[in-house]
This record gives sequence, C-alpha cells and structure tokens, in this order.
Amino acid sequence: MQIPIEYYLILSAFMFSVGIVGVLTRRNAIIVFMCIELMLNSANLTLITFSSYLGDVGGQLFVFFVMAVAAAEAAVGLAIIIAIYRNKLTVNIDQINILKW
Amino acid sequence: MIDLIYLTVLLPLLGFLFNGLAGPKIKNEKVIGIVGSGVIGLSFIVVVGAFFETLALPVEQRLNIVTLFQWISVGGLNISFSYQVDQLSLVMSLIVIGVGFLIHVYSIGYMHGDKSFWRFFTYLNLFIFAMMNLVLADNFLVLFLGWEGVGLCSYLLIGFWYDRKFEKSTTSAAGLKAFVVNRIGDFGFLLGMFLIYSTFGTLVFTDVFSRAVSFAVPEHIFVFIAIFLFIGATGKSAQIPLLVWLPDAMAGPTPVSALIHAATMVTAGVYMVARCSILYASAPAAMMVVAVIGIFTAFFAATIGLVQNDIKKVLAYSTVSQLGYMFLALGAGAFSAGIFHVMTHAFFKALLFLGAGSVIHSMHEQQDIRHYGGLKKYMPITYGTFLVAAVAISGIPPLSGFFSKDEILWYSFTNLGFVFWLIGLITALMTAFYMFRLYFMTFEGKEKFDHHKLHPHESPKMMTVPLIVLAVLSAIGGFIGIPEIFSGEHGNLFHTWLAPIFKTAEMKLMQFGGHSHFEELLLMIISVVAALSAILYARFVYLKKPEVAEKTSSRFKAAYNILLNKYFLDEAYDATIVNPIVKGSEKILWKIADNKIIDGLINYLARLIDIISGFIKRIQTGVAQSYALVMVIGIVIALFWIILSYA
Repeated sequence: MQIPIEYYLILSAFMFSVGIVGVLTRRNAIIVFMCIELMLNSANLTLITFSSYLGDVGGQLFVFFVMAVAAAEAAVGLAIIIAIYRNKLTVNIDQINILKW
Repeated sequence: MIDLIYLTVLLPLLGFLFNGLAGPKIKNEKVIGIVGSGVIGLSFIVVVGAFFETLALPVEQRLNIVTLFQWISVGGLNISFSYQVDQLSLVMSLIVIGVGFLIHVYSIGYMHGDKSFWRFFTYLNLFIFAMMNLVLADNFLVLFLGWEGVGLCSYLLIGFWYDRKFEKSTTSAAGLKAFVVNRIGDFGFLLGMFLIYSTFGTLVFTDVFSRAVSFAVPEHIFVFIAIFLFIGATGKSAQIPLLVWLPDAMAGPTPVSALIHAATMVTAGVYMVARCSILYASAPAAMMVVAVIGIFTAFFAATIGLVQNDIKKVLAYSTVSQLGYMFLALGAGAFSAGIFHVMTHAFFKALLFLGAGSVIHSMHEQQDIRHYGGLKKYMPITYGTFLVAAVAISGIPPLSGFFSKDEILWYSFTNLGFVFWLIGLITALMTAFYMFRLYFMTFEGKEKFDHHKLHPHESPKMMTVPLIVLAVLSAIGGFIGIPEIFSGEHGNLFHTWLAPIFKTAEMKLMQFGGHSHFEELLLMIISVVAALSAILYARFVYLKKPEVAEKTSSRFKAAYNILLNKYFLDEAYDATIVNPIVKGSEKILWKIADNKIIDGLINYLARLIDIISGFIKRIQTGVAQSYALVMVIGIVIALFWIILSYA
C-alpha cells in the first residue's frame, strides 16, 4: 500500500513551520541554527517527495546539492558562533545587536 | 615646399615640446637656445621655399590649400584642419617667422642667465606655433584657434617675471588684464563667426568669400558680421576702446614686447580684416567705423606717446598709434597698403623694441628716459640701428616707413577725404616728434645716469646682429612697395603681388581715380616736410633748450597731466566697468546669491534629510530576528497574493 503524497507534504510543512517559529523566537544561536537546518531538511523532503511522485531523478539530485551546501554552512556557522562566544561570552542573538545605526 | 608648409607649424610645436619637457632637466642655455631658434630657422627656410614656389606659379594658381586632417564633422558642419597658402598668408608668414627668428636669436643674449631661460623659449615657440596657425588657417575656426593661442602666449609672456612688481601691481595682473580685455574682443569675434556660419553655412574662407558675392545677403547682415569681427580686431590689435591692455603688456621681457606686442600678434587683427576684405567691402558703414576708430586710435595714442617717460611705454603707444594707421588704411579700402604697413612696421618697431631692450640691458633695468642721455658713444651699434628705425618710423624717404605711411595717407585722402588725411598728417608729425624725443633723450645730450653705479656697454653679438639685420630691412624694406609715380611701368610690386586677394573687394568699392600724380607728390612733400620739422623741433627742445620742454609742460599743466595719465582711460574703465563688477560680485553674487541662496538651499535640504532619517533609522535595530520576522511576513503576504490570484 502506498502512502499518499499529502502525508509527506503535510509532514514537510509542519517541519518547516517548526523551523520558522524556532528561528523567530529562540534566543540561543545554536538552536536558531538547528532550526534553519530543520527548514532546509523539510525542503529536502518536499524535493524527494515530488521526485518520487513524478519519477524525475532531478529532485534527488538537488537534495545532494542542498546537503553539501548545508554541511559547508554548518561548518562556517558554527565557527562564527564560537568566535562570537569567545568575544562576548554569550550566544544570545538579541544581545548581539551592534550592527545598527 | 608648399606641401611642406605644415612643417612651419609642426617644428615650433616640436621645439615647444622639447624645451618644455626637457628644458628644466638640461638647464643648458646653449642647447635650449639653439633648439628654440633652430626650429624657427628651419621653418623660415620652408616658408621662403614656399614663397618662391608660389612666385614661380602663374597668378591664377597661387592659391593652394594643404589639408592635414578632418577636424570636426557634425551634421552639416565640416571643419578640416587645413592651411591656405596664398599671397597674403605667405607675406604674413614671412614676417612672423622672419622677425620671429631674429627675436629668438636676440633672446638668447637678452635672457642669458635668467633662472627660467627654458620657460621663455618654450612660450616663444608655442607663440610661433599659434601665430602660424592664425595666419595659415583656411577657415575661421582654425584662425580662431591660433587667435586664442597667441592670446594665451601673450598672457604667459607678459607675466613671465611673475615675481616682479610692475607699476602699482604685479606683472601677473598686467597679463591678466591683457587676457580679460582680449576676451571681450574674442566674444565679438565669436558672434561674427556664428553669424557667418548661419548666413553662409560654412566657415571656409574661399567658400564664405565666394558666397558673399553670389548670395543675396542684405547689407545690414554684412555690417553686423564686419562690426563683430572688428570688435575682435580691436581687442587683439589694441584699438579704441580696448587699447588699455597693450601699454601694460610692457611688463613682459623686451623681446616679447618686440615679437608679440609690436611686430606680429597685434597685427593679427589687421590681417583678419584684410583677409575678410570682401565682407568689409560689402558693408561700407563698417568700413567707415574701421577708418574712424583707426584714425582716432592713431591720433590719441600719439598724443599720449608725446609725454611718456618710460622707454617701452613710448614705444607701446607708438605701436597702438601705428596699428591705428593700419586700420585707417583698411577702412579706406587700401587693404594692401595696410598689409604693407604691417610689414614695414614689423621691421622698424621690432628694431626699436630690441634697441630699447639693448639699452635697458646695459642700464640695469632702468627704463626711465630721463635717466639716460649720451649713450651713443657707449653703444654705437644700438645707437645706429635705433636711429635708422626712428627715421624709418618718422617717414623720411627712402626708408621703409615713408613708403607705407605715405601710401596710407594718400589713400585716406583720396577715399575718405581731407579731414582724415589732416589728422593722419598731424599724427605722423607727432610720431616723428616723440620718436626723436626718445632718441635725443636716450642717445644724445648730457649723461644723466650715475657713473659710479652704471657702466653702459654695447650688448653681445647675439643681440647686435639681429639689430643690424632688422636695421637693413627697415632701411630697404620699403623698396618692394614703391608707389607707381616713382617706379613707372613696373608698378608697385607689393600691390601686384597681393592684388588677386583684394581684387573682388576693390572692384566692389570702385572709388579710385580722379586724382592726379601731382596731388600725390604734393602730399608726399608736405608730410616729409612736416616730419623733418618735427624732428628738428624735437632736437631744438630736447637737445638745445631743455628748459623749453619744462616750461611747456608747466604752462599746460592740465593737458600735460591728462596725457601723462593716458586720458584717465584706465581710471574711467575702473570706475564704470571694473569696480561695479567687482563690487556687484562681492555684495550681490557672493554675499547674497552664493552665501544665502545657493549655500542656504543646500544646507536646509541637508537638514531636512537629517530630520527625516532620524525617524526612519530606528527601523534598523541590529537584532537579526526582527529582520527575519519582517521577511517572513513579506513572504507570507506574497504567497497569499500568488495563491489568491490563481484561485
């Protein structure tokens, strides 16, 4: 028995919403970061869903690219967070607001 | 050699570049002087070659145009950079390059030891470059290029000794005055040029002049064109009302005064009017204006020259006066007589200035003739050549000045009338008088300088040889223009040579004839007698009875003061034009228009932006999450929009 496509899309949309809420509300930069990853993966899930549904391998191919970029981004992002922590002894992003007028 | 005529422009340009770029490095006066004069010497050979080649051609083929390149091509306007080699431009080129070469050589001696020796020759070469563009141009725009170029060089050379005082201000101020006054004239010239283009649709000389005959153009257009161009000429050639700059131009080194402010540049106006002879012949009213301005300038400048005490000032007013004569000739329709006087005047006036330079050189920059006297035994060559020039300018036969000046007087008598001739004669009389006043006070009489400080001596060969060459030219230069009554069947060679240029203009005027040789001879005798008596009177006043001069000047104190102060022309211009402009600029343009309106507008605008941005800047909080929130809201709205538009 095949699982209908709506199930995948609803799961994906739920994951994306969780990610957005996390990014907008959480203070800890690490958690914000993880929420971004969550959004990325929900997008990956959508890509794979449609890829399998439409029988087009291009979607899966794209997911590999997204994962590669996400890995690189994670490396850079974590490095930045560590650097900020060393300077300010905090990773609360509402306290890191020096880029303003 | 005609095809090579561009070399006469190119070589001075190369000299200018070499001296200007390498001069400050090499600092060797010999190299700079030889390069500076050498390029002019080579150009002279080319011009002479072109002259003889043209002479060998039949008369109707003597107009050759050498095109170098297309300069401007916009819509219907096509200006090519080309040179017109014909009888008139060759005469002018020979004068400019020939006298120019002698003055270059002289300058090697005169400027010896100057800290900016290289700069002097750089400017001088640049001047010859611009002047040759002016005289060789085949259209008004190239002529204007040269016209502005010589004005620039004049400015640079008047202010050459920019750290020296000159009268009440500095030499730079004198240069600036020359430049600004010339700009006023140039404005007129530009208007004339625009009017020519809108009337005839071209700026090329040959086309303009042929269309001036063939097109049906109303006379008042010709009058406007001629008057506008003449305003340009009054600026360049120091005529009333723009003559005030030339006396101040004497702030420059003396060779500059000789080359630019006597022999060549100031005659550019005469050349231009002669070149446009057909335009003037089509506008009799403008011709009359030229003649009247000419005779008045000649007369008034001569009266000022009577009482000046600075050797160069006397010569400067004499130059203005002689330029007035040239315009008188042009106004009388005697174009070739005007050009003939340009030539003879170039010889003897350059000689007078160079002689004055030689005197100033040996008197350690003393220019006041009241402190000279008895110099003839110290500087025999300067004395001899100066005497030749003074006799020539006074119009004593058979020296060159006699032929050219008497021709002008004769034509002003036949074409303009008795009054013009009479004023011209009185001017000639005054010319002879002030020239010999200068001569007697400088070279004869008691020695009035301090023997302990000054040891007058003859100038080096570098300076005396050009003097001798110019003296020979001043003496015999007139023989190519001997009037017909003396030369018989050969006619006047100079006129015959230039006749094709002025043929159409003279045919249009048609006012010659009706006067006998007897009258011509009579007038000649009268003017010679007048000049001779003026010389003798000057001898009597300044050599025999010096107290007569004192008595006369104290008896006519008011008149004397007016003349000494040049009719207060400078003061009048200051009061009526210069000061209102300066004051108006300060009080209105600077204090109100600039400070209040322009600056105020900008300051208030800046303050307004500051206030508005004070509110808007608070949007930028620096908290990344608030930016993300705005972004999300935006995306949601955009998505709704898209979805709703599909539904």
